[in-house]
Amino acid sequence: MIEEIITARDLTKKFGDFTAVNRISFEVKRGEIFGFLGANGAGKTTAIKMFCGLLYPTSGQGSVAGLDIFTEREKIKKRIGYMSQKFSLYEDLTVAENITFYAGIYGLQKKDIIEKRDELTDKLGLGDFENKLISSLPLGWRQKLAFSVAIIHSPDIVFLDEPTGGVDPITRRQFWDLINEAAHSGVTIFVTTHYMDEAEYCDRISMMVNGRIEALGKPSQLKTDYNVESMNDVFLKLARG
Amino acid sequence: MRVLLYMLQKEFKQIFRNKAMLPIIFIAPMVQLLILSNAMTYEIHNLKIYFNDFDYSTLSQRLKNKFSHSDYFITIGESTSREKAEEVLEKNNTDIICEIPHDFEKSIQRDGIAKIFLKVNSIDGMKAGVAINYSQNIIQEFTKEIIKETTMAANPEILIDMPKQANIPFSNWYNERLDYQTYMVPGLLVLLVTIIGGFLSSMNVVREKELGTIEQINVTPIKKHHFIIGKLLPFWILGLFIFTIGLIFAKVVFHVPIIGSLFLLYSFTAVFLFAILGAGLFISTMTDTQQQAMFLSWFFLVVFILMSGLFTAIENMPTWAQKLTLLNPLRYFMEVIRMVMLKGSGLKDVKMHFFIISGFAVSINAFAVWRYRKIT
Amino acid sequence: MKRFYAFVKKEFYHILRDYRTMIILFGMPIAQIMLFGFAITNEIKDAHIAILDPSKDYTTSRLNEKLLSSGYFILDKYLNKPEEIEPVFQEGRVKVVLIYDEDFSQNMLKYNQASIQIIADATDPNTANTLINYVTSIFQDFVLSQDPLPKSVVRIIPEIRFRYNQNLKGVFLFVPGLITIILMLVTAMMTSISITKEKEMGTMEILLASPMKPIQIIIAKVIPYIFLSFSISIIVLILGYFVFEVPVIGSLTLLLLEFLLFIIVALALGILISTISETQQVALMLSLLGLMLPTIILSGFIFPLENMPKILQWISYIIPARWFIVILKNIMLKGSGIELIWKETLILAGFAIFFIVVSLQKFKIRLS
Repeated sequence: MIEEIITARDLTKKFGDFTAVNRISFEVKRGEIFGFLGANGAGKTTAIKMFCGLLYPTSGQGSVAGLDIFTEREKIKKRIGYMSQKFSLYEDLTVAENITFYAGIYGLQKKDIIEKRDELTDKLGLGDFENKLISSLPLGWRQKLAFSVAIIHSPDIVFLDEPTGGVDPITRRQFWDLINEAAHSGVTIFVTTHYMDEAEYCDRISMMVNGRIEALGKPSQLKTDYNVESMNDVFLKLARG
Repeated sequence: MRVLLYMLQKEFKQIFRNKAMLPIIFIAPMVQLLILSNAMTYEIHNLKIYFNDFDYSTLSQRLKNKFSHSDYFITIGESTSREKAEEVLEKNNTDIICEIPHDFEKSIQRDGIAKIFLKVNSIDGMKAGVAINYSQNIIQEFTKEIIKETTMAANPEILIDMPKQANIPFSNWYNERLDYQTYMVPGLLVLLVTIIGGFLSSMNVVREKELGTIEQINVTPIKKHHFIIGKLLPFWILGLFIFTIGLIFAKVVFHVPIIGSLFLLYSFTAVFLFAILGAGLFISTMTDTQQQAMFLSWFFLVVFILMSGLFTAIENMPTWAQKLTLLNPLRYFMEVIRMVMLKGSGLKDVKMHFFIISGFAVSINAFAVWRYRKIT
Repeated sequence: MKRFYAFVKKEFYHILRDYRTMIILFGMPIAQIMLFGFAITNEIKDAHIAILDPSKDYTTSRLNEKLLSSGYFILDKYLNKPEEIEPVFQEGRVKVVLIYDEDFSQNMLKYNQASIQIIADATDPNTANTLINYVTSIFQDFVLSQDPLPKSVVRIIPEIRFRYNQNLKGVFLFVPGLITIILMLVTAMMTSISITKEKEMGTMEILLASPMKPIQIIIAKVIPYIFLSFSISIIVLILGYFVFEVPVIGSLTLLLLEFLLFIIVALALGILISTISETQQVALMLSLLGLMLPTIILSGFIFPLENMPKILQWISYIIPARWFIVILKNIMLKGSGIELIWKETLILAGFAIFFIVVSLQKFKIRLS
């Protein structure tokens, strides 16, 4: 069992002259909830896409579940889940159809799919909505469903890119309940966010500023190091340089 | 394999749920077919002719009558004023002015030769060419009549029409009624299938790119070819379906004959669709927005159609252009559909076409699949 | 006002930075005009002909020679039996089959009459017609030349003059048509897609929430396309003139003003389409089917309107392009002034006003 389930060493991504991700290095331990913090445009999404096999890194090294992100991308995809900022579910398909589709794409057997579908709809209380189009669901429901679909194939790691954007605090709290539950069952969570208070829910966090990792460690540790009360203040201190 | 089925399920559901596009995909082609085939005709009747008759003799009168009694011309008016004629031409109220000189009858009777002046409004070059053709036909017939009369008058015992005449009866095979629709409708079917296959398929893939939904797919372990087949197969099926409906229309509404083998026709269409889908896919790998995809597809579509032999026969093009058409898949489909439907050509006649289109299909699809990346 | 200007600038950037679309927008008309000017022609040449000649005598070989040296025909093959005729048509290359009598020359001498049969592949009726005419007239000429009896031969020689298009160049009609299509395509289609895209992507709401008035948003979106279509049309005009000698005999100013008028009509149509389309796909298909196709087919620039069924002719009255083509043809190729085209101009102006009013109404409804 690999301990370091995500590793990065001097990982860099350049777009022409612009360096979006600048030699970042870190490790994520199995089972952790790892928060990848930073302001908008700091490079978080770019970094996450490199781990998910959506973007070619420019240089450096990286691995996911012990597999190299340069050469073993397709193998990595079998072991990870992903939920993006913009979108996860097809608006013109129903709840049930989305679940069926993604479960099928990840190779689940038919009876497993049906089982999972029922399980999910029960758990999220979507019973009445099972055959309704996603477009008719409120945002909060969609995101919870998207997360559940992202882990439907029991991946080792799930990558979440700003999963709680635009949602009210109560729904955010519920979302994090789901995350914790998944973490308890052994899934490693790699989540990016610009909500600094969510950093408190993570085991460890890193903070990106202008493409670099400027801080790495437990939230409590960082607050002590920087002599501040909240993660927000840590961020402000770092951002001001 | 099962993964492919899930892709197909999703695609079909999405296509059929697209309430706005459905009528466009199914009804519009038929409406187009109806309208286009009725509108697209190069047959020209009712050409307007205006006379300046400076002779006003029996012969000139006969000539004028010949024109107005023909199917092709309508006499708009006549006068002995050239300025008036010019004015009429200027105002687009006539297509052709025929001037008969004042010694027309005398010249014919005395010397056996006479001149006529035709002024043609040639803004529409094609129409002008046809107008001249028809005029010459009428003049020729008129000449024949006169010769007949003069010969018989001079030599009553000769019962033959003309000395040393070659009888040239002709017959038309395959489209006896010279129906332009019969010629155009198969061509329009090609057009329809191409639009559905090429246009819509490329836009469909790019739509996922534009909306960002493609990311969610790229992050799964789905194999490239499963994704691509899943995206294209529905349009392949759709294309064949539309082709079928088009064929039925052609037969029932336009009475276009289907002489050759349907199986051959469908086989070729299937391969052709495969090629066109590949082209659409290729376009989708080069564009990021639906607008770009649409424009690129539109560009190729127009060029391919112009050079396909739909409007203009390929043999009429300059040699360099003819060579270019060898790269145009539509050209092959156009030929095959006309040959098989209207003439009953068989496999041995079109096997070269099959071969080339298959080669096309395989290479463009391979190239497009190679270009398609799950990673940027 | 400054806000408005900034918005217009943004729209320009959007469009100009889209290299691919730019290349196509400019490249396509150029490619089309080149193709149409150089490659598309209705003149027939190199038609493949097959000959069945049982006589194989002096006269038939001279006839064949005349035929093949005319430039219209290429000999595909000699046939030996009538059974070979159908297959040779099915092969696809041969357009005309010629069948001579047996003892052709003898028949000519003895009976003053001999038979040649022409069979034409009439799948393309026009070509068939023309080819038959060619063969017939080549033969008539030959026969006449064999036996010049002065008394019984009458010839009427038509002298032909062309007005407005000396060389019967197809491209003369094509350039006005192409300009019409471009103006319609770029202005209407692209405008409708651009507005619909904002709707589809959800950014329209953001715009509407800004202090800019809806009408300003629309106008700002639309201005770049006016510029674009105008420039492209002018390029086509220039190309047509320099490469193909398509003239602009009449007043250039009048021409350009009419361009503008038509652009306004197209714009209004584009906006109208965007009010009824939810997605770009729909906007595209509606523009294509509802605007482009009727413009090409029913405007009269490729297929003459007089020959269409009455109902289609009626429909063509409500297609703005139909009137615009008349204006273009008259100004460019005949040098007409406003006196001859005031009627069409008025109709176009009427269209413009009507469509603007309707689309603004619809737009307001959509908003509420």
